[in-house]
Amino acid sequence: MTANILLSPILIHMITAVICLLLWQKAGPQKLISILGSTVALLFSVMIFGLNWNWGSIVVFAGNWKPPYGITFVSDTLSTVMVLLTCLVGFAVSIFSTSAIGDSRIKYGYFSIYHFLLMGLCGTFLTGDIFNMYVWFEIVIISSFVLLTLGGKRMQMEAAVKYIAMNMLASVIFLTAIGILYGLTGSLNIADLGLKVKNIENQGLVQVTSLLFFIGFGIKSAVFPLYFWLPSSYHTPPSAIAAIFGGLLTKMGIYALLRVFTIIFQPDQFMLQFFSVIAITTMITGALGAINKKSIRRMFSYLIVCHIGYLIAGMGLYSTLAFSGIVFYLIHDIIIKSNLFMMTGIIYKIRASTDLRRLGGLYKDYPKLSLVMAVIMFSLAGIPPLSGFWPKIHLVTESVAQGKYLVLAAIIFASFITLILIAKVWAEVFWKELPKPNPEEVDKFKPLSVTEKISLVLPIVFLAAISLIIGLNAGSILEITDRIANEMMNPTLYIESVLGKKI
Amino acid sequence: MELLLVLLVGLLYSSGIYMMFRRSMVKLLLGLLLLGNGANILIFLMGDLAKGQPPIIDEAEKVFLGSYADPVPQSLILTAIVISFGLQSFAIILLKKVYANTGSDDLDSLNVQDKDI
Repeated sequence: MTANILLSPILIHMITAVICLLLWQKAGPQKLISILGSTVALLFSVMIFGLNWNWGSIVVFAGNWKPPYGITFVSDTLSTVMVLLTCLVGFAVSIFSTSAIGDSRIKYGYFSIYHFLLMGLCGTFLTGDIFNMYVWFEIVIISSFVLLTLGGKRMQMEAAVKYIAMNMLASVIFLTAIGILYGLTGSLNIADLGLKVKNIENQGLVQVTSLLFFIGFGIKSAVFPLYFWLPSSYHTPPSAIAAIFGGLLTKMGIYALLRVFTIIFQPDQFMLQFFSVIAITTMITGALGAINKKSIRRMFSYLIVCHIGYLIAGMGLYSTLAFSGIVFYLIHDIIIKSNLFMMTGIIYKIRASTDLRRLGGLYKDYPKLSLVMAVIMFSLAGIPPLSGFWPKIHLVTESVAQGKYLVLAAIIFASFITLILIAKVWAEVFWKELPKPNPEEVDKFKPLSVTEKISLVLPIVFLAAISLIIGLNAGSILEITDRIANEMMNPTLYIESVLGKKI
Repeated sequence: MELLLVLLVGLLYSSGIYMMFRRSMVKLLLGLLLLGNGANILIFLMGDLAKGQPPIIDEAEKVFLGSYADPVPQSLILTAIVISFGLQSFAIILLKKVYANTGSDDLDSLNVQDKDI
């Protein structure tokens, strides 16, 4: 009975969304409900993390149908960490949205769709059933479609066509893979699949299915040949929406990849080589794409692609140390990418432009805010002792140990380009003299009321403080990620906890 | 029967992908629709067809003795159909809005914003 607490983040976000729907057209109350809902969800997700950490995985059987028959919800350390991060970022973006999103968008259901999106994310991370994961994916993408198009500007519409076409294609491929896997094994439960896939005679077909999963999740997480929809759509919605997309949606694909390729499929040498090649090309193309961009939001969109490469590189290395590194990177990246896009939102509010050539002098006008932004950007670049630094040590050590020097070179290249870009943004946006502003480029930040200013700045400071804590307190984060890596390398732990018997 | 469905799935997938390669937005949508239907029939096919054997246990028996039609793929398809219905109706409205905004059905006309870096 107490295990049902596992479902609380999903339910809280759902209830919040429904209440927001009932308060249709009333912007003020919706803001309050949204902040309240995300706070409660955050508290519960911390509690679930604590329970899981101390007492081991929690398993809930929907309708008390024991696996492999019913839908199960499972928490292992990875999924509780992901839920915790979702609720954390959801909380910050919810506060940020109250004054970053205009009342017209809020009146037409911004907050309810936003909470449905968070509900879908929590569901994806907690489910233990592959088809149920597909359903949660669909909830997430349809919410993201609405958020992307809300407002109906021409630019948003153009971006939405690409985004929707690619995501629907990814869903069809994912569904195809599920169909074939069901035909091969007759099961949908992830833990049960983990047992049955090994015993299939036709391992060639299993390989093809695993590649279909990789393509489906690869489109969603924007890996090399399939990433082009991301940079051409993420800069169009308002910054609060871009923050939640950039932080969480691509990482959902990575989470699904990690789940599928540690528990269901055990990648062979060919697959590992394949992951490495994809990782290298993703890092290089992402970095090169970011270099020549003049709009900071476009630049950061390419950096998302570039940094997805690190995560795939860790999968290509496939060892405890590499997994520990990429989970750490995942934790760091979710927080930092959301924060980066919120930061861009504030810069846009102040200067009414995201074009590097039109920006400047921010350090002179807003010194304290600039320091917070410096922390964010330096952790993105991975300057020690900030949070982006520690996971890269693991990845570098492991790629040297396995002799994969091309992966090593790509990691260093991508980090180097990130550093250059951060230096460029810092020089152009914060140090350079402000060019003579156009008449429409007025500071919309200064005339805001104090509460509005706080609700814009507080989330950024909050998330920056968290990345600072992660960086300075890397030891305890490494303890968490080592445990996750250990669970990932020993999928029997997961399978046994779901099926409730020794195998 | 299986062979017929296999051919149908192949046809739906290939025509769906072909349609997605066209420049027209409506054809893109039709392509996605065909792909979705292909995936649904694939799931149906993967669940081993059994004709006229409903998954109902006789009163006298405790477990299934013969072969029976697997109900799981059908419920999966049902879910997938409902989801794709929602997605497709959203996509149709979106394309209508895009057409109203840009006055064009050509996907290449959507790259206006990509020119400025």
